[in-house]
This record gives sequence, structure tokens and C-alpha cells, in this order.
Amino acid sequence: MDFKGSDTIPGPRTEDQLPHTAEAAVKIVIVGGFGVGKTTMVGSVSEIRPLTTEETMTQAGIGVDDNFGSDSKTATTVAMDFGRISITDQLVLYLFGTPGQERFWFLWNGLFEGALGAVVLIDTRRLEVSFDVIGRLEERGVPFVVAVNSFPDAPRYAIADLRAALDLDEEIPIIECDARRRASSRDVLMTLMHFLHSLAMSGALR
Amino acid sequence: MVAGKDGAERAELDLVTLIVASADPPPSAAPEQAALLRLCTTPLSVAELSAYLSLPFSAMTVLLTDMLTADLVTARAPIVRQAVADRSLLEAVMHGLQRL
Ligand SMILES: Nc1nc2c(ncn2[C@@H]2O[C@H](COP(=O)(O)OP(=O)(O)O)[C@@H](O)[C@H]2O)c(=O)[nH]1
Ligand SMILES: [Mg+2]
Repeated sequence: MDFKGSDTIPGPRTEDQLPHTAEAAVKIVIVGGFGVGKTTMVGSVSEIRPLTTEETMTQAGIGVDDNFGSDSKTATTVAMDFGRISITDQLVLYLFGTPGQERFWFLWNGLFEGALGAVVLIDTRRLEVSFDVIGRLEERGVPFVVAVNSFPDAPRYAIADLRAALDLDEEIPIIECDARRRASSRDVLMTLMHFLHSLAMSGALR
Repeated sequence: MVAGKDGAERAELDLVTLIVASADPPPSAAPEQAALLRLCTTPLSVAELSAYLSLPFSAMTVLLTDMLTADLVTARAPIVRQAVADRSLLEAVMHGLQRL
């Protein structure tokens, strides 16, 4: 393990420490294509400066490496930005911004399975990126809402047209947002929570 | 929902499992164990530990599994979607977000 000396490691600032009473966390995943505003959204609502966790993806895994004696395995580092919101002295919410490609998701065990739900962040200039993501979440039974990040030069569509283009069920909320604004990003998260609440009311949360 | 002393036997470590040091670094502690113990004198998620220690998530879980077994840290398991059908947790999160 390539490990730096422990004296040089900066930890959380005192004001960023959780209270001892923090007993459990929940998480929400923000998923979307490159440059769609995931990190921006995490940063706009997080109480800590967004942090990054990384995982290494080896192209040639053990058992499928037929280059005997060769060291030519290619490794890709996949990064995920995340932030934190303290809900109560006992409960903490974490937000993870993750790339849209499914092959990255399994790197973080339980990323979606344990999440309360997901926000699919989309850019109307590149809608096609979202098709896959939405399909995968549906397959996995992960509840999600769709947030349209309003870039100034992006085409604007009526929500109904977007719903049709994305082939989304009527019940799935679609909301416009500006990921740079805290209130707007907060509204997106609130929309997800209301959706989850309605699913829980009808016994559909699984 | 809170893992006890049996943390090592419990569910796999999640990105948002909260880790708390239960001991000062013993003289025998490896440098990364000592660094981790200094970081989580207050609860800290596996993801945050991974970020501060610049260790990939998989390396973090290996390190933490050893430390849980050695009773150097305890783990507080996350609340997962499948467990929130009671709605009170969802309502708590909504109230928390409202205050942002
Ligand atoms: N105009 C505008 N720009 C945004 C918005 N959200 C993000 N950006 C910009 O888009 C770029 C990519 O955002 P980033 O959060 O890094 O995207 P990520 O790759 O999904 O994490 C950055 O330069 C942001 O400042 C938005 O709502 N409006
Ligand atoms: Mg990013």
C-alpha cells in the first residue's frame, strides 16, 4: 500500500466534525453525464467542501488476464465527488455525484442499492446520455427524479415533451434547476424526498 | 441500526457506514491505522476516510475490516432504502433539508 506519513494527513476541520451522537447515515446519488453539473450540485448544498473518493478499475481482472507474465494491465481511476448535510444530531445525509456509465457503479458496493433514491441530472444538449442511466435505474428498482440543469445555451423543452423524449412514467417528477444555486438544488432533493414519501405511503418503496 | 461491538460480523462496509475510534492508536498500530484512528475520534464515514487518507474505497474496506476485528474501531451501519417504509426517517430528512 502506497501510504503517506500519518502526520501529514489533514482531517476534517473542527467545525466539520460530526457530533458523537451521529448514529447513522443515509445517502442519495446524483447521476449524470460528464459536465452535467453533478459536482456543482453536491457543492451547492453540502456543509463541507466536497471531497473525492476514488476506486481503481482494472481492465484485465484476475482470471481473465491471458497475458501471462505481462504487466500491461491498464487501470483506470474513477472518482466520485461527495458532500454532506447534517439532518439531526443523530442522522447525516451524504450526496454522491457519480458518472452515468453503469460499469463504474459496481466499483462502490451498494452505491445505489442502499441509497434512498437518485437524482438523474440532465443537460438537454445531450439527452441521449440519460437514456441508459434511466433504464438502468428502472431495472434496479432505484427510485429517482429527473432534474434538468438549465444551462443558458441549452434548448428548452416543455416538461411534457421531455417526459415523452425520455419515455418516463407520469408519476416520475421532472424539475428544472440551476445546480449552482443552493435553494434550487435543495428543491431538487426535496422533490426526491416527496416522491419517496409518496412511494412509502403506497407501500411501493422497496 | 447501530452496529455494536460485533461490527466485524455485521453487514459489509458501505460508503456511508460511520466509523468511530474505540481506542488510542496502540504502539503496534501500522501508520495507516494510526492515521485512521486520529481521523475518527468523532464519527466519520468510510467515504470521508477514503478521501482524507487518499485510499481507494476497496483498500479502505480491507483496512477497516482488520481494525473492526481488532476492536480498534466500531461501525455504525447506514439506514438503507429498504428500511425506510416507516416514513418517519423520510420526514426527518425533509425537515433537515428545509432548514438548509
Ligand atoms: N450555467 C450553468 N452552468 C453550470 C450549472 N451547473 C454546472 N455548471 C457549470 O458546468 C460545468 C460542469 O459542472 P460539474 O459540476 O463539474 O459537472 P460534473 O462533471 O457533472 O460534475 C462547470 O463549469 C459548472 O460551473 C448550471 O446550472 N448553470
Ligand atoms: Mg464532477
